[in-house]
Amino acid sequence: MAGENTQGLTKKDYMGAKSTLCTGCGHDSITSNIVNALFLANVNPYDVAKLSGIGCSAKTTNYFLNSSHGFNAIHGRMAPLATGVKVAHSGLTALGVSGDGDTASIGFGGFAHLLRRNLPMTYIVENNGVYGLTKGQFSATADKGTRHKDGTENPFETIDICSLAIDLGCSFVARSFSGDNKQLTALLMAAMKHHGTAVIDIISPCITFANNEGSTRSFSAVKENLNPLNKIDVIQPQEDIKVDYDPGTSREVELPDGSKIILSKIDEDHDPSNRLDAITKLVHARESGKILTGLFYVNESQKTLMEELNLTKKPLRDLNEEETRPSESVLSDIMQDFK
Amino acid sequence: MIKKENDFVIHVATVNGSGSQSSNSVLVKSLFRMGLGVSGKNMFPSNIAGLPTWFTIRISEKRYAGRNSNNHLVVAMNPSTVKQDIDSVANEGYFIYNSDMKFDSALLRDDVTNVGISYRSLIKGVTDSVKLKKLLVNMIYAGVVAELIGIPEDVIETVVTDQFSSKPGVVESNLKAIATGREYAKENLEPNNFGLKVKPIDNGNEGKILIDGNTATALGFMYGGCTFLSWYPITPSSSITENFEFYAKKFRQDESGANTFAVVQAEDELSAISMVIGAGWTGARAATCTSGPGLSLMAEAAGLSYFAEVPAVIWNVQRGGPSTGLPTRTQQGDLLSSVYLSHGDTEHVVLLPTGPEECFEFGQTCFDVAESLQTLVVVLSDLDTGMNLWISDELKPSSQSFQRGKVLREEDLKNRDSFERYGDVDGDAIPYRTLPGTHHPLAGYFTRGTGHKPDAGYSEDNEVYRDLQLRLKRKRISAKEYLPQPVIDSRPNAKIGIIAYGSTDAAIPELRDSLATEGVETNYLRVRAFPFDDSIEKFIEDNDTVYVVEQNRDGQLHHLIQKEWPHYYSKLKSICQFDGLPLEAKFIQNQVMNFQGAR
Repeated sequence: MAGENTQGLTKKDYMGAKSTLCTGCGHDSITSNIVNALFLANVNPYDVAKLSGIGCSAKTTNYFLNSSHGFNAIHGRMAPLATGVKVAHSGLTALGVSGDGDTASIGFGGFAHLLRRNLPMTYIVENNGVYGLTKGQFSATADKGTRHKDGTENPFETIDICSLAIDLGCSFVARSFSGDNKQLTALLMAAMKHHGTAVIDIISPCITFANNEGSTRSFSAVKENLNPLNKIDVIQPQEDIKVDYDPGTSREVELPDGSKIILSKIDEDHDPSNRLDAITKLVHARESGKILTGLFYVNESQKTLMEELNLTKKPLRDLNEEETRPSESVLSDIMQDFK
Repeated sequence: MIKKENDFVIHVATVNGSGSQSSNSVLVKSLFRMGLGVSGKNMFPSNIAGLPTWFTIRISEKRYAGRNSNNHLVVAMNPSTVKQDIDSVANEGYFIYNSDMKFDSALLRDDVTNVGISYRSLIKGVTDSVKLKKLLVNMIYAGVVAELIGIPEDVIETVVTDQFSSKPGVVESNLKAIATGREYAKENLEPNNFGLKVKPIDNGNEGKILIDGNTATALGFMYGGCTFLSWYPITPSSSITENFEFYAKKFRQDESGANTFAVVQAEDELSAISMVIGAGWTGARAATCTSGPGLSLMAEAAGLSYFAEVPAVIWNVQRGGPSTGLPTRTQQGDLLSSVYLSHGDTEHVVLLPTGPEECFEFGQTCFDVAESLQTLVVVLSDLDTGMNLWISDELKPSSQSFQRGKVLREEDLKNRDSFERYGDVDGDAIPYRTLPGTHHPLAGYFTRGTGHKPDAGYSEDNEVYRDLQLRLKRKRISAKEYLPQPVIDSRPNAKIGIIAYGSTDAAIPELRDSLATEGVETNYLRVRAFPFDDSIEKFIEDNDTVYVVEQNRDGQLHHLIQKEWPHYYSKLKSICQFDGLPLEAKFIQNQVMNFQGAR
């Protein structure tokens, strides 16, 4: 039927509760793109676990996928929460939404170690450089020298979530802008299909606390400094190739479900398997005040935590006595060692 | 000189990291196999090598397993503690020391039988390896002791063979060291005249095992269907996870060799418990093992588990606190912090196992309780229980089915018009839940640690919040049905009660027998869970005075009992020992007699 995806669902089926964020918040456009990507990627809502910590970003998991299970946990603990969820039921699609305070400050440790383990999940950072819910304090991703509404300058070095993630071994690292629907939807789709941890750092200006003159994260400053590295298209197995790209100047990355990410050159070619080059480009962009966006690094062959754990096929959470209780004779054999 | 049979204490002073643990466990295991009542307590430093460590072997005719500091025989191998080791020998006891140690021989006591042995010369005949000399010297003292007290050669040999079964070369060198010690004793020390002797007791330990609590917990987790275990390494709890992984890798794999469990080493304890909450929310039987500092770090997540009603288990092997405290000493100082872990009004379910058998039992049932009540369960073991060696009944698997609580699957939802995650449908304050991945339009809901309505929707409404908190409080009444009841042992005409829990129990039989010889008969109640069972109130009511005995400074169990039944304020007396050493019966007895005298 028209307007339905292969799950037989319409886009409306992927929507959630009404947002209570400020009118014009970048986070709301991210939510729309998440809905769009879920719909286009034919995700079954019943298989999704929506996960978040605390903050404006964390609230947004309520604004999409009404029919899914969601868990808005405690500040900064989305990463370990997701680890427990995914290990308990590896068939779930773990979709996490975090913020810059949640990820780069209070939950920094959990975030770093999630990446090391390469837990299969989509990890979205709705990055506005401020603590919105507590009224506009600088976060750790605020640019050095950016100005608060009251004129105060941020004296501290910024944390670049993307270069950090690449360094920590994250197997899918991208950045986008909440207002770039085309790029964002494509990246979200690719992230959801990626086999390991996919981090998308989404610059999402805070309309209320960081949209002032002197803020490097105001809508106008962000738009002025956006610097897309590559153009991203996702082609799913069932689709005819409708995308307009020139194989000579593009790179393809195959995803586990047979989909392909097509990365097309914008200014210069970028090899998304080259970690060092990706970090270099990110550092250069930061130094020149540019916001580099696009897919920086992807590695579909890196071992995941699930592979490392060598889990039985049935989800762990469905195992009962028959699968988990060794026989009486096993225990009586073990007892011999203690006699 | 003391003369004793099957009822004395051997205290060994060594340097940690020197391999003395092996020699001491060989001695304990040999005594166990002879059928004797024996227990082993290790007092070790928070250090890898080079600091003083002591190991106490108590052989008890009445099978008392509590600590007894009346050291009838002291083996001194550590020059840095030799003075205090001399002082620690019981009157007219025995002091066997390494005569290669430099110390003022004037310190040696006249009332004690002093035996100096030059291990340096003895070890030469055992090995040339400098590295092995340091380790095997301890097996020589094991040989000396074995010969003097009368452990048969074949017993100790099979113990050594079993202990090092994977390394035949090691068996040989250890047996040689033991034989060297035995030979020396035979030729020089007149073993026949030695005052401390052991005699085998036929079938004395039939159906029994010698095991530490942490290993029993690990086996409990394995048999209790634990599928997710997260941890951050911390003394004295680490050996639970290590043992769980060891056994699960052997016995918890499917036909294809894939695991029916997962162990994840977390970046810190707050992550560890957050993982457990994620796994518990998804429907897995999940736990984390920790000790005091880790428990403190978990506080915020504990509140989430309570408030959002997500099953989770924290197995806390208590050590000396607060802060880093005494990492390698035992204590029961975390009862209050476990019950009230988190900000806001919380009151957690706490299980209180005693000994390896209950570590095994509660290692299984903690998941039943957590899933049935949909809440956090904190299990409080302690270092003495977890890391020391206890004689226990052989562990037998439970035939009970797992209790997985009120979970609605697709087929259950088909017969329903609606589903409210936090609705009190059954009137027992325990709601129904669905699990993520349930393919039904009614299944999905949004879990949050913020205020929420029965349908799980966000709410800041005062009445909604109050109703929720009151329902959670009502859950404590339902909880009692799922918790182990106290164990009560009454004696005729006794009007003095004793209440204790956990490893304190080890000192209680000895205490009661000893008090009885002073004419004080006692009743005993061992608490096994919080919220408290009503039988505790009855017990207090039935006794004139009730001593609450525990191992912390402030009388935490006493405090909780008093809070529960304030009208018994004057009957309840608090007896606390909190210096990090396992509780001794004679300490409690002195306290009781003081109180009794003051009445």
